[in-house]
Amino acid sequence: MLTDIERRELDDALKHYPDKRAGAIDALLIVQRRRGWISDDSLLDIAQFLGMTGDDVDSIATFYNLIFRKPVGRHVAFLCDSISCWIMGYEQVCAQIKKSYEIDLGQTTRDGRLTCLPIACLGHCERAPALMIDQDVYGDVTPEKVESIVEKYK
Amino acid sequence: MERPLTQYIHPDGSPRLLREYVKDGGYRSLQILAAGMAPQDLQRLVAEAGLRGRGGAGFPTASKWSFVPMGSDAPKPKYIVANADEMEPGTFKDRVLLEGEPHGLVESMIIAGYALEAEVGFIFLRGEYHLSAARLTQAIAEAYAEGYLGKPLPGTAFRFDLHLHASAGRYICGEETALLNALEGKRAIPRAKPPYPQTVGLWGQPTIVQNVETLYNLPHIVNHGSAWYQSLSRSKDGGTKIYGISGRVTHPGWWELPLGTTARELLEQHAGGMVNDVSFRGLLPGGASTAFLTEEHLDLPMDFSSIPSQVGRLGTGTMIVLDDHTCPVGFVLNLEKFFARESCGWCTPCREGLPWVARILESFEEGRATHDDLALLDMHADLLGPGYTFCALAPGAMAPLQSALKYFRDDFVRHITLGRCPVNSKQKRHKVLV
Repeated sequence: MLTDIERRELDDALKHYPDKRAGAIDALLIVQRRRGWISDDSLLDIAQFLGMTGDDVDSIATFYNLIFRKPVGRHVAFLCDSISCWIMGYEQVCAQIKKSYEIDLGQTTRDGRLTCLPIACLGHCERAPALMIDQDVYGDVTPEKVESIVEKYK
Repeated sequence: MERPLTQYIHPDGSPRLLREYVKDGGYRSLQILAAGMAPQDLQRLVAEAGLRGRGGAGFPTASKWSFVPMGSDAPKPKYIVANADEMEPGTFKDRVLLEGEPHGLVESMIIAGYALEAEVGFIFLRGEYHLSAARLTQAIAEAYAEGYLGKPLPGTAFRFDLHLHASAGRYICGEETALLNALEGKRAIPRAKPPYPQTVGLWGQPTIVQNVETLYNLPHIVNHGSAWYQSLSRSKDGGTKIYGISGRVTHPGWWELPLGTTARELLEQHAGGMVNDVSFRGLLPGGASTAFLTEEHLDLPMDFSSIPSQVGRLGTGTMIVLDDHTCPVGFVLNLEKFFARESCGWCTPCREGLPWVARILESFEEGRATHDDLALLDMHADLLGPGYTFCALAPGAMAPLQSALKYFRDDFVRHITLGRCPVNSKQKRHKVLV
């Protein structure tokens, strides 16, 4: 079941659209914001609300990389792996994350604190390499800076 | 030198709110429209100004608009969509505008709506641009409160509504018809063209999808006219351009400069040249899907008409510099992994071909490649080029590959003869898989 708050937010988002299914992506983002990820149950809640099948919603959920169909940690670190960040050494930053937190890209720390994911160009190329944790972007990241940045996210 | 798009942006990155924007002449263009500039006059003005699309293709904006049905018989509603899905690797120009001058987009969208008699606008914003989202949300709320949005433009029957849509990722959403599918809540797969969005777009209605930077030019064209706009440029295309440079240069960054500024001036004067001990080998002039330019092209004006079509195209104007300490094969491998991952999977050549290209390039970096592999790359560069795929993603992906095979062929051959990457085997790169 969607919560009342989720329903209210969804109704609000749907106001701009001529049909309900246009709100599918908004719905996934709204539900994920509170529940952290989109479980099968969440998926079906959304499908019911929008008058779609679960498979239909899943085809959308699995297309978009900012929709998580698996649980993620309390914080998600998005490491830009596109060209400017590659030139400026994102791979060394990635190696440091691996070393400090014992996770590879796509994995979550054992304590559920941090998930690290690759992300397409974050648009901070003049300050490459760039790292986004939750909604905060950090530029000119070096392996030495990794731990002090991640430190803020408990 | 005039910088109409960025002159008021705060250097410290703090937001500009309504009061400040209006004080500096913001929303003044709407009074000019209300004073009696008809939509057709506005369209003609934009045509005379020579505004061309800043999203990469450089298509003349007025020509794009000319296909939208106008007048009282035209279908309603019509839509204006701002393509703020900035995800072209190496490109960060729209972010500068969205974060620094959010009201500029609101004003620009109202003008575009007026020009096309469209009553609803959507800003399709990439989901990762959280700061832009916050600032646009505030700007839209302020514009509604002030009556710029949601109320008739004084003295006219024109009324415009504007909504922000935060996307959920995927580069292909930047393709305009894929974007429309995403906005309709579907998988972002490009649509067959024709029909073009101008006649059959969002929910089947006439729709214009326009790049953010392109839109930001509109208030200034309305306020100052086409002759002034033309005079900003050093080329036959009007206006300024937000150029950017990233890579191993002394001052990576962005600059609003006359359209037609040369690559050499950008690289040497604005970016301060290469960092110590590193030399220039080439650059992608405007994102990952443009072809390499090399030393011999540096004096070309960076605009939409001066780069010979057999050499390449400007793209987004945000340049990525290849230096002599970076392996060109590894560089292209990074790009092709990106394109392989971001392919929507709809058409077979793109879905299957791009990962194949990435695997071949990986074999070069790992020292397993043969001369047959080089021939395979040449073949893909042709067969994934224009005309063989459903949309422009794979042809875009082939632009840097094909030009790298031309300008840096010796580097590819050295990987084969040495049986390793001459640069990266020491740096232990490329351990990260697709």
